[in-house]
Formats: sequence, structure tokens, C-alpha cells
Amino acid sequence: MGDQRIKNIILEIIAIVAPDAEITDVKTDIRLRDQLDLDSMDFLDIVMELRKRYKIEIPKEEYPELATLDSCAAYLGPKLAGVAAT
Amino acid sequence: MVADRLRDIKSHYDVVIIGSGLAGLTAANCLAKCGRSVLLLEQHYNFGGMATWFHRKGGHIFDISLHGFPIGMIKSCRKYWTKEISDSIVQLKGIRFDNPQFQLQTTFDRQDFTRILVEEFGIESETVEAFFDAARGMDFYDDQSMTTRELFEKFFPGRSDVVRMLMEPIAYANGSTLDDPAISYGIVFSNFMSKGVYIFRGGTDKLIYMMRQELKANGVDVRKQVLVDRVVVEDGTVRGVMANDKFISCGAVLSNANLKTTIDKLVGHDQLSPEFVAQAKAVRLNNSSCQVFIGIREGETLDHIGDLLFTSVDPEFDSVRLCAKDVTSRTFSMYYPDTRPGSNRYAVVSSTNANWDDWAHLSEDDYQTEKKHLIETTIAALEKYIPDVRKKIDHVEAATPRTFYHYTHQAMGATFGTKFEGLQVSMDLPKQIHGLFHAGSVGIIMSGWLGAINYGVIVANEVDSLCHEDGKSEGRMAS
Repeated sequence: MGDQRIKNIILEIIAIVAPDAEITDVKTDIRLRDQLDLDSMDFLDIVMELRKRYKIEIPKEEYPELATLDSCAAYLGPKLAGVAAT
Repeated sequence: MVADRLRDIKSHYDVVIIGSGLAGLTAANCLAKCGRSVLLLEQHYNFGGMATWFHRKGGHIFDISLHGFPIGMIKSCRKYWTKEISDSIVQLKGIRFDNPQFQLQTTFDRQDFTRILVEEFGIESETVEAFFDAARGMDFYDDQSMTTRELFEKFFPGRSDVVRMLMEPIAYANGSTLDDPAISYGIVFSNFMSKGVYIFRGGTDKLIYMMRQELKANGVDVRKQVLVDRVVVEDGTVRGVMANDKFISCGAVLSNANLKTTIDKLVGHDQLSPEFVAQAKAVRLNNSSCQVFIGIREGETLDHIGDLLFTSVDPEFDSVRLCAKDVTSRTFSMYYPDTRPGSNRYAVVSSTNANWDDWAHLSEDDYQTEKKHLIETTIAALEKYIPDVRKKIDHVEAATPRTFYHYTHQAMGATFGTKFEGLQVSMDLPKQIHGLFHAGSVGIIMSGWLGAINYGVIVANEVDSLCHEDGKSEGRMAS
């Protein structure tokens, strides 16, 4: 799965867990919580949604890897390598 | 012949949840939405745990709690329940304080508290801002050595009136005292006293009904009047639960029972390491409560005197006096007809903090006498705000720590779970027994309604992660 696809998936999930977040103009290198008013519960929801959709596990100590869209793509890339880009 | 409350249950569930407090209900809903098979067991005839209500002759409905919660409930209910539930949450705008130090009305948000502290208490606005920012910046991982008393002394030295305004609502919300860690105060204060107080329009009965409908829609198997006797553990791993003399097999158990009840009764110390048992033993329970439920006769009305009244005749805020049997401080929750649209009824619920030991050991005669005294003094206190209330009362009754113990099975009738050290024990339980989890009112931070819902989600995530890992290893074994 390509980087861009992963970033889009994260934005799709954010739109579900935080319906009020304005996701049209998110910078890829700035922390998501600084741009979108996300709290720690929102990040937990993202982790749960990724597990549900793609059967991937993100250990608690690695949650900081989801800080920006760029870091999400770098971190999730290998985990989603075998997953079809549906 | 007793009805079989466990008729037609499945032979195995991914998760059994013990107790349907808000944490248990929310965890059940989350796990079902994650695709897990979930059985939710409640010992009482209502779901909701402390989020409950009761009916009385004359058309009275009383809400036991949920008299006010923070704005964060709107977001959490929308995410973990439904938009319909979230849309029913409305703000209570008339919050009053009345005590020998000050009388004031507030919208209960940062802006209004700032105005009051600056204009009425004469505090420098920089100090007020610094206090709000310090409280908001507090984190569970911060140093826990500073007490709430020290925090107040740092920002508002010698100002017992300021302490009272900032502390009284939190003490009623979660039982915390001036000697608890400042971080637990800061986190709850920032959630609760920042953007107003909210309530569920329609009453607790409607909220729990809507939650049950949602659980059903998501495929959760919900059963009431089923008392779980114990969690069955073999070789350090959860195998199931024994309930109503039946064994129910499952891959994980999430106990929403009181932490102490979970460890002492449902699991048993022989399944746990001696160090963990010692750590669990050292966890202190929070205080209990007394309440007086006052139903107004049909056809009578009450003037709008505010929604939530923090009243006291104590000269200063005092954590010990706040729990004393000789009550000097009360919160009145006013129920006007618009709380339950379509109803024409008025009710008042008086809540006070209380100690289990003051009530637990009374003889039956003394207990009844003390309850009557509690009712009488409460009505007398209410007459200050509604002078003619006595002749409008159609029904009145009291609940004590014994009542809470009877209905919820919470150890010592604890209405606010455990003190902050309970959180670590709750979080460490899965390391002791594979597949066993706890979510409930622990540690002040994870108490109150928002804490309960969110902690339910946090633990549901852990349970789902375990189901995911166990599913993978079973797959490996099969292949």
C-alpha cells in the first residue's frame, strides 16, 4: 500500500472518529493533534479502527508513531505491506 | 420456579462483561462493534449500575445520579454510542453556591469562574489564568507528591473561600479530598469546571433504554438478574465465569464490578501473586453517599430556583465534615418538567457524601431513626430556598451507604469507586491473569461519568487487542 493511500486512510478514519475535524487541509509533517484538536481518546479510536479494518496491532508504546501523517505512512507502511489497497 | 435468566446462551463468547455500569455498557458496545461476541451480565433488575433511577407511586421518577457531567460526555456519547444519545445532552445553566462565605450563580465555565474570581473574590487575573493553565497542563504521569491542598495554597494562599468554590463540586462529583494528589484534581477540574455542567434530557431511564437498544442492534447478549459467582481461571488463564450455577465459557472477562470485589470475591487471592494482592489490599475505597428523594405532588409547581445548588452551613470547606453523618453540606439537584419532556412533574434530589462506617453498624431501629432525621433535616434545609415546599411534597425517602451496597454490591457502598492508587491495580490485573480485565470507577481520574465511559473504551481496546492476538495464535495452532 502506498504512502498516499495510507495517509488517505488515516484521514478517512479521523473523519469517522472526530466528525467535527476539518480534514481538507491537513499538513503531512505537523502533528495531527496540533492541527485537528484530537485528544488521546481519538488516537485510541484510530488504533482500534486500524485493528478492525486491517487486523494490525499497534502496541501502546508505539502510539507516538501516529503523530503526523508522514510518520503514520512510514510506520504503517511495513505493517500494511500485505494488505490490498481497497 | 425461578426464571432461567441464562436461557439460550451460546456455548462460548469472546468476552463476558460483569456489570452494566457506564464503563461496562460502553465496553460492551465497543467490543461488539469490533466484531467480538459479547455477553453482558448484570445482577440488578436494571442496567446502568450507579447510572440508575426508580419509580414510586404517584408517578414519581427519581434519577439517582447523572445530576451533572462535563461537556466531554457529548463527544464520548457520539463516538461510542449514537448521535441521538449525544444530541439529548443539554446544559444546566443555573448553578448556585450558597454558604456562609459566599452566595453566587454561575454558568460553570472557565470564563465565568475567572470573572467571579477576579471581580468578586479580588484575585489577580494573571493568578487565575495561571491556575487554570496549571490544572489543564496536569498529566497522569506527572509527579504525584503534591496534594490538592498544596496546589490551592500555591495559587490562593489563605483563601478558603476560593478553595471552597473550586473544590466543593469536585468533591461531590468524585469524592476527592484536599489530601488527594493535585494531578487527580487538576485533570477532573479541567474536564468538569471548564465548559459548563450537562445532563441527559429524558432522564436516566431513557438514556439506559437507548443504550440497550444500541447494544441489541450491535448483537450484544444482555442479561439481567444474573449474579456472577466467580471468574474461572486455569493455569493463569481465564476460561469463563460461573453465574447462576452455570459455567459460561469465554476468552476474556471484563469486570465492571468494584475493584476490590473483583479481586477478593470474583477472582480470589490464590490466583494472584502475593505482591499484587498486597498492592490491591492497600487500595482505599472512596466514600459513600446519602440521598434524599423528594417528589412533588401532581399539579403543584416549584419556582425555578436554579438547577444545581451547592449548599453548606459549614464555615469553611472541610473534606471530613463533608462526609459527616451530621450533615452540613448538600447538593440539591432540581428536576423541573423539562428534564423529562412530556412530564409535568417536579422533584428534588439531595445528595451528600457519607461514610460507610457511620451507617453500616446501626441497629435496625437506630437506622430507621437516622434515616428519618436525614429526611427531616434535608426538608428543613430545602425550605430556605423553597419556603412552602413541605406542603407540596407527595413522596420522600432516603438512601444511605447501606442502600448503595444493597443495590450495587459495591464494597462499603462506595459510590465513587476507589482512590487514585486503584487505577494502577486495575491496569495491572491483566498481567496477573491472561484474559482478565477491569474497568470501573478507579483512581478519581477514571471516575465520574466521563471517566467511566472513557475508561470502558480504553479497556475495551486492550480486550480487543487480546482477542486479536489469541485469534492469531489459535489460527496458527489450527494450521
